[in-house]
Amino acid sequence: MTSLATSSSATAAEATAAEDHGGHADLRLFGLATFLVADGMTFAGFFAAYLTFRAVNPLPAGSTYELELLLPSINTMLLLVSSYTFHRSGRNLLLGRMGPCRNWLLLTAALGAAFLAGQMVEYFSLPFGLTDNLFASTFYALTGFHGLHVTLGVICILLVWVQTRNGGRVTSADPFGLEAAELYWHFVDGIWVVLYGILYLL
Amino acid sequence: MPIPSSLVTLLVGMALVLSGLWVGYNVNLLPLDASANAPVYDSLFRVLFSIGTILFLGIVGLVVFSLIRFRRRSGDHTDGLAIEGNLLLEIVWTAIPAIVVLFVGIYSYDIYERMGGMSSLNDHSAMHRMPAMETMEASVTTAEPAPEGMAPVKAPRVWGGIGTTAGEANVLPVEVTAMQFAFIFHYPEGDITSGELHVPNGRPVELRMKANDVIHAFWVPQFRLKQDVIPGQPTVLTFTPTKAGSYPIICAELCGPYHGGMRSTVVVHEPDAYDAWLQKNSPVAATVASAAGTPTA
Amino acid sequence: MTVASPNDFQESLQPQGWLRYFSFSLDHKVIGLQYLVTGFLFYFIGGALAGVIRAELTSPISDFVSRETYNEVLTLHGTVMIFLWIVPVVNGAFGNYLIPFYVGARDMAFPRLNAVAFWMIPPAGILLIGSYFITGAAQSGWTAYPPLSITTPALGQVVWIVSVLLLGGSSIFGGINFIATVLKLRRPGLKLMQLPMYCWAMLGTSILVVLSTPVLAGTLLLLSFDIVAHTGFFNPALGGNVVVYQHLFWFYSHPAVYIMVLPAFGLVSEILPIHARKPLFGYTTMVYSILAIVVLGLVVWAHHMFTSGTPPWMRLFFTIATSFIAVPTGIKFFNWLATLWGGKLALNSAMLFSCAFIVNFVFGGITGVALAQVPFDIHVHDTYFVVGHFHYIVYGGTVFVIFASVYHWYPKFTGRMLNEDLGRLHFLLTFIGFNLCFAPQHWLGLNGMPRRVAEYDPSFTTLNQISSVGALLMAVSSLPFLYNVIVSAFRGQVAGDNPWNALTPEWLTSSPPPVENWIGEAPLVQHPYGYGVDEDSLSVQAATGRDLWSGAGRR
Repeated sequence: MTSLATSSSATAAEATAAEDHGGHADLRLFGLATFLVADGMTFAGFFAAYLTFRAVNPLPAGSTYELELLLPSINTMLLLVSSYTFHRSGRNLLLGRMGPCRNWLLLTAALGAAFLAGQMVEYFSLPFGLTDNLFASTFYALTGFHGLHVTLGVICILLVWVQTRNGGRVTSADPFGLEAAELYWHFVDGIWVVLYGILYLL
Repeated sequence: MPIPSSLVTLLVGMALVLSGLWVGYNVNLLPLDASANAPVYDSLFRVLFSIGTILFLGIVGLVVFSLIRFRRRSGDHTDGLAIEGNLLLEIVWTAIPAIVVLFVGIYSYDIYERMGGMSSLNDHSAMHRMPAMETMEASVTTAEPAPEGMAPVKAPRVWGGIGTTAGEANVLPVEVTAMQFAFIFHYPEGDITSGELHVPNGRPVELRMKANDVIHAFWVPQFRLKQDVIPGQPTVLTFTPTKAGSYPIICAELCGPYHGGMRSTVVVHEPDAYDAWLQKNSPVAATVASAAGTPTA
Repeated sequence: MTVASPNDFQESLQPQGWLRYFSFSLDHKVIGLQYLVTGFLFYFIGGALAGVIRAELTSPISDFVSRETYNEVLTLHGTVMIFLWIVPVVNGAFGNYLIPFYVGARDMAFPRLNAVAFWMIPPAGILLIGSYFITGAAQSGWTAYPPLSITTPALGQVVWIVSVLLLGGSSIFGGINFIATVLKLRRPGLKLMQLPMYCWAMLGTSILVVLSTPVLAGTLLLLSFDIVAHTGFFNPALGGNVVVYQHLFWFYSHPAVYIMVLPAFGLVSEILPIHARKPLFGYTTMVYSILAIVVLGLVVWAHHMFTSGTPPWMRLFFTIATSFIAVPTGIKFFNWLATLWGGKLALNSAMLFSCAFIVNFVFGGITGVALAQVPFDIHVHDTYFVVGHFHYIVYGGTVFVIFASVYHWYPKFTGRMLNEDLGRLHFLLTFIGFNLCFAPQHWLGLNGMPRRVAEYDPSFTTLNQISSVGALLMAVSSLPFLYNVIVSAFRGQVAGDNPWNALTPEWLTSSPPPVENWIGEAPLVQHPYGYGVDEDSLSVQAATGRDLWSGAGRR
């Protein structure tokens, strides 16, 4: 990001100028990673609450922790594949191949949207509502909070997609927008894997 | 002849320790001790108070001494000594506090065990003795969805508190219900309900506590005991009163506007006075009074 | 988002003069002072609330305000003092002002995020205070334990949650910024182990903020669902579990104590060497003890819950873990004492407040170790003993350090000195008032006065009145302080760049400093505590503990 550091300095003197006038190496990915640690702790708190509830608070009669596994498993696959497609998009960007990069991006967004659609289908087919019992509330809170993250991710991907157009802000020389969205997306995927493990499989 | 600094240090240190011990054992900050574990608690308090006094006086002394001895005289613009550290000193003042807190931790663990805190609250033989717990659990679960999924024969779960010390017989069970803004005491051995807690001197009492609305806490300062009363999670508190008299029961957890007014009284009777109280109040007095009469040592 | 430097904006958008303090400024020094002044405004609001509490407690019956109002006041007092005064000031104000200097940078790593973090605070504060006048404030204490927080008037509680979420968000953004600045923005040639101690304190604090604040945010989200959507996470009537809330709450709120005191430790480590004219004693162990406090601070939360129905093994673990925090904390205090020993102590306001901090905090630390012992805690938990202990830590500890820091850095902020006589008067009144107010509360707690009550046993009246007199004295003590900081800004003695003859980088520039901190290159300060004379006659290697103790080498 040295190019942004000082608009006035000449290109040749950029490195020193960056040191002298408050500009510095691009720390935005580092900052995002720190933020994701914080975000992960929110999920960790939810997971801890869920596991404790499950360990010590019995469910009312007739309620069960059993969930239909088919749809969420497909959803898990969708997200895992989308992480791969995003990775491909990033590789293509760095190689300067904007066409494939944008296509892979679009595919990633589509997979994310499909995940959200699947989540909606699951919500409407579940036999319990938000306030039915402790498990139901926790289930919706956890998947809902994660779903918000996915929604935000899809929006980010689409924004990046717009910015990768010819003359857009995201280029192979300045890949920050895509890299940030990718880091975030992998994080959201990772959270889902944990969530799937403890909510559906456990 | 100048007195060597090491000797001064030694003397000051000894004076410090002695004064700390004197303060710890002679300054009484605590209310009357009226339960079997209160003297145990007080011995822990004295140890902590002594150690604390020694540390505090020592550090305050050092600060005040430094401020006077090393104050900058007017006109002096020189620096102090360029000492950046000293490994031996660092090791000493890491090791000494570590040893002290380890000692304090182990000692307080021992105290806690003597108070009955480490005894298992569930699967305890005392639990099976008491059918009262069953009725209490039933009344709790009516307020919430019944946990049918749980094993029905298992003793109901107790969530926390101070358990009975092993081997105690002749325990007096009392069911405590906390609500905004009162404690209700129910004696299953005689079906008495009271707004005050009446207990015989010298006999172990087991309070089975539940809350109806929000979290309350049952606290008797003279017994040195406190336990939160938590809605949905029955707790137990065991104690043996040792001094007859009336002591306040105080709610110690913010429970609403009248939290400060949520007080009651525990009356510790001599055993025969307690029997008289029982007989006066019990609808089935005659049968119970004889069974409840004998105190244990 | 771009990597902004204040330079870009200075020429175009950033306002100049006093107006910049009301603007979305990206200059870390402006943001720092914005935090400081905002924090002090909320301090006086919180102090007024404390005044209401102490006025109510001058008599054993509830007669000054209504019981509902009393609970609103105590909730607001706690929330304002913690989230709007201490956390923003010791982290946001001094952190933003000093950290870029200390690492040799022109600004924080993310100036715009920094400004956003600050500007989240005023709306949150106005929302919180406003809730009292418009909807009625929350009544469940700053801990907001359910089910009480679910059953008290919902609107005030929800506003409280929104406000705390905003403040938590602000705190997290600040933490991210500090971590990036300290770890990644150091001037070339400056090593981690050469940083001034406050950088380490802020690094540790920020790690705690980033790891623990989100857990509180998530918990409060769940609590708001319970209030608004009638879920049952923490509502036992719907099958929920109230103790889970307490665990999650204290997972943040115990580290929050370290978020409030670690920066104070850092600030004191800056102030003492300068006014004692000696190097900071034991730099390396000071750093490791901060890291140890961070690690231990994350695993001690349940000592707030010894009476909450926690299993015995948990009580034992948290007793031991909590006790052991005393070890790294003790190391820091002994190091400060050793820093004072053999120095040339200037008995100015900054030094007096710092030394009083040591005394007060040691007292609070001793009662803290006692409170960590389960049997001891069972008696005094949720009593005025805890109130006394807590205020010895956060007021006697952190607030005293804030005052010391104001006296110390005011010349840098404004270019003018504060009046020392008024400063010493302020110190004397504060120190006496503080001890008068909070020392008796320990006895009250031991003898049966629970906290958060509007009425109490009449036998406690005298001590409560003494405590209230102390509170009044503390209120009075802020008058000379206020007069001093306002008048000195215009008529104070001109300070010059480095009135304390200090070595840390913020003093190696003009007072107040220019927009980009230094004209020309940032200085490389590898020995921020390189004070002292006579290094030859008493080399560090040669000095043994016995030499030092017996005074060999002292002239």
